[in-house]
Order: sequence, then C-alpha cells, then structure tokens
Amino acid sequence: MLKTRLIPVLLLKNGILVRSRGFSLHQSTGNHIYQVERFSEWRADEIIYLDISREASHSIRLSESTIGSTSSNLHNTPKEHETSIVQIIRNISKVCYVPLTVGGNIRSLEDIRIRLSAGADKVSINTAALENHDFITEASEEFGSQCIVVSIDVKVHGDNWRVYKNFGKEDTGMLVNDWAKMAEKLGAGEILIQSIDKDGAGCGYDLSLIEYVDGIVKIPIIALGGVGSFDHFIEGSNIGKNIALAAANIFHFTEQSVLNAKNFLHESDIDIRV
Amino acid sequence: MKVCIVDYGLGNLTSVFNIVEKIGVDVCISNSIKDISESTHLILPGVGSFSHGMRNIKDLGLVEILTHEVIDKKKPILGICLGMQILSSYGYENGKCEGLGWIKGSVEKLKSNLNYERIPHMGWNNISVIKDSDLTDNIEEQLVFYFVHSYQFIPEDSSVISAVCDYAGGFASIIESENIFATQFHPEKSHNIGLKLIKNFLYRSEKNVKN
Repeated sequence: MLKTRLIPVLLLKNGILVRSRGFSLHQSTGNHIYQVERFSEWRADEIIYLDISREASHSIRLSESTIGSTSSNLHNTPKEHETSIVQIIRNISKVCYVPLTVGGNIRSLEDIRIRLSAGADKVSINTAALENHDFITEASEEFGSQCIVVSIDVKVHGDNWRVYKNFGKEDTGMLVNDWAKMAEKLGAGEILIQSIDKDGAGCGYDLSLIEYVDGIVKIPIIALGGVGSFDHFIEGSNIGKNIALAAANIFHFTEQSVLNAKNFLHESDIDIRV
Repeated sequence: MKVCIVDYGLGNLTSVFNIVEKIGVDVCISNSIKDISESTHLILPGVGSFSHGMRNIKDLGLVEILTHEVIDKKKPILGICLGMQILSSYGYENGKCEGLGWIKGSVEKLKSNLNYERIPHMGWNNISVIKDSDLTDNIEEQLVFYFVHSYQFIPEDSSVISAVCDYAGGFASIIESENIFATQFHPEKSHNIGLKLIKNFLYRSEKNVKN
C-alpha cells in the first residue's frame, strides 16, 4: 500500500536556513547540510529545499535587517548566486538518501538541468510557470513530468483562493482551481499547494483548500502551510491517501522531530513508513 | 570491483554515485567505451521519457558497447526506473519506440480507476517478493521503496519478475534474469534499505557470474 508521505521543507535565503511566517519574517534555523542529513536519518520520506533568495537589492537589505549579514552570499551577482546554489545542492545531496526537491529562481530548462545534475530529484517551479505556461510543458517533455512540481501559493479571496507569484508578493488574479487544472494539463507531475494565510501560523492546514484542489486534479498533491502540531498532519491525511504532508517550522527546533511525527502518525493508524 | 554509472544525459546520476561511493566501491559516471568496458558492474539509471532515453543512448553510440558487455560478456547490470524500462523491446511513451530489447516485453502507461491511486505513482510503497531474489536477499526490514513513475514494464516471460507492487492493478517492481537486474523503484533514494539492495547487486551478482 502506498504510504502517506511526510515531507520537511527547508527554506534557504541568501545561503542560510530561515523560517517563515506569512511569507515574511525570517530567522535563521541553522546549518543546512547538517539539517538535511538529520531529516534523512529521521526517515523523512522526501525533503523539499526552497531557495527564497531574491536578487533585487531591496530584499537583500531586508534580509540583512532581520537575519544580519552572516552570509557571504549577500552581495553575489546572479551568476555567483547560481553557482552557490548548485554547490549547496551538490553538498546536501551527498547526505540526502531520500528524494530531494529543489525550488526557487528556476526560470529556464538550463536552470532545471544544472539542479538535477547537481543531485536534485525534482524541481519546484512557481512564478516562471505562471509567466510562461509553456515552460511546464517544455520542462516535463525534457525531464519527465515526474520531476516537475508546480508550486502554487494562494491567499483566501472571498469563497475561493487567488494565486500569488513572486514569493507571495503579487496577486495574479487567477483562481486556484483554474491554475491547478491548467498546470496538470500542461504537464506538471505534482502540485505543491501552499496557503500564504496559514504560513507560519501553526493553526493547521487550510483543509478546505487542500480538499478543493484534490478534487480538481488527478496528480499527487503536497500540502504545505500551517502545521503547528502533529494532530494537524492527521487532519491533512484524512482528506485522502494521496495527500503528501509537508511542513517547515515544526520540524526545525526539536531533536528527532520527523521521527516523532512519524511515530505519532503510525500510532494513529496512518499508513506511513516508520 | 569497478562500477560504471552509464551517463546518457537523463536523470539524477549524482545520487546513484553518492550511494555507491558510500558503500565504498570504486565508481565513475561515464559514457566512454573505455570506462564501460573496464568496469565490473554497470548501473543504468534514469528518469524521463522512454523515447528521449533511447534517443540519447543511440546518439551517444552506446547500444553496441552496452549490448556487447551485457549480452555477450554477461556483465552484471542494474537498471533503475527508466533504466529498467528501456531494457524492454518497446515503449509507448510519446508513440511506439524501440528499446534495447534485452528482456522481451513492452512498457505501458499505468492506469487506475481508484481515486487515491494517482498517476504518477509517487512515494514509498511495499513490494512483494514472488521468487528467489538476489537483490532482496538478507534484507530483514519491511520491503518499502521509493517509486516515481507513470509507466510499467510488462515482460513477456513473467518468470523474470522477482517482485511486484500492488498499485494500479499490480506491476513488476524487480526483474532479475541472469546478469540483468532491474528495479522500477529508486534504491538510491530509498535510504538504508536501498543501500542494502545496491550492495546485494554488487556482491551477489558477481558471484552469479563467476559461478
């Protein structure tokens, strides 16, 4: 029987690990290679690694004020940044013996190619897919749809959800159902659905959002945003066996966090790899 | 022992390399005739589409050398995911396409009517061993591996199947036929249990050939 997947998410900003709330406010959470190694050892089913660095200077200043200038990558040119991301993927893939999805700043087939060859198994595409729909199709034809994750960030809008791009900054005006369906049709192998409203709030997934998207597409779904206790994983898994359960903050500050979550789910009769 | 991971331009070769290196065996990623012929074991990894994979193998001029090593010299080979599928006679991803043809059969799309059985089949799933299997020998924990695929290999001779997976009506998850080994799942992404399986391939397949 296919197991429910439990997926820790790591956010990387300008070379260092951070945590997020409402898509802003970032605090450092430690060494990324060590963290990936621990997650892999703690039996994480997959690991998602999102690079949320922005090349524009205003965001660099913003990050300096919240996390301090601890990173030597802060003033890198885009090209140097690219090199450092590839180096990071290469380093973490050496200690990651479970599937690794890498996202952030992916805009071309070449961006995908270098990430996959550095050791990523899948890539997550967000803004570039919204700006150029053919990119999903070209990417899935070139690398196979199974390694193309389309990441969708949404905010509640009336009784529906609107899709945002550029790290949740820009409203695209698109409704989540339209975009999810289109992404599937264009060749996405998986959808990572993230609620901006719930990000870092710790009060549980947006269950109605996940259920809604789940009813729309036929490809696997990864739910992200809002987990504050292990019970929230149970709520997510109750929607369907095909929902993968992702979270960031809850896994970062306790020893054995992933393992503890898996034991909790196992004891609650969720079919999970322990 | 020297392992050559065959580079035909598709898939995550680095993770296969990392796990073989962790086992402590001499390993290279290459598509040169020299490296392929000097190796003791071949690994054919790969993700992506069947036709794309075969096109690359042909364009790189690898069909002849690989066939010589595997079919004539009986060098042990492990096909992983797409690397398993292209061992077949034909694939039907983006139209009919000829495979390496070492194991007769075809590669067809997974289908399921169950709402929770999504395609691609993605995630960790149990396999059931149905005959003597060198790859899973001496693995004591539950046989749960990481899968990610939309197509399945249907061999003409079902006796080459040594393990099946109960998903989308059931499909071959391990094939073992003399020196040819293949897994539909990704041992290199299946943590400790995957490492044990690759170790089995390296140490047990060699024994088979010497005998």
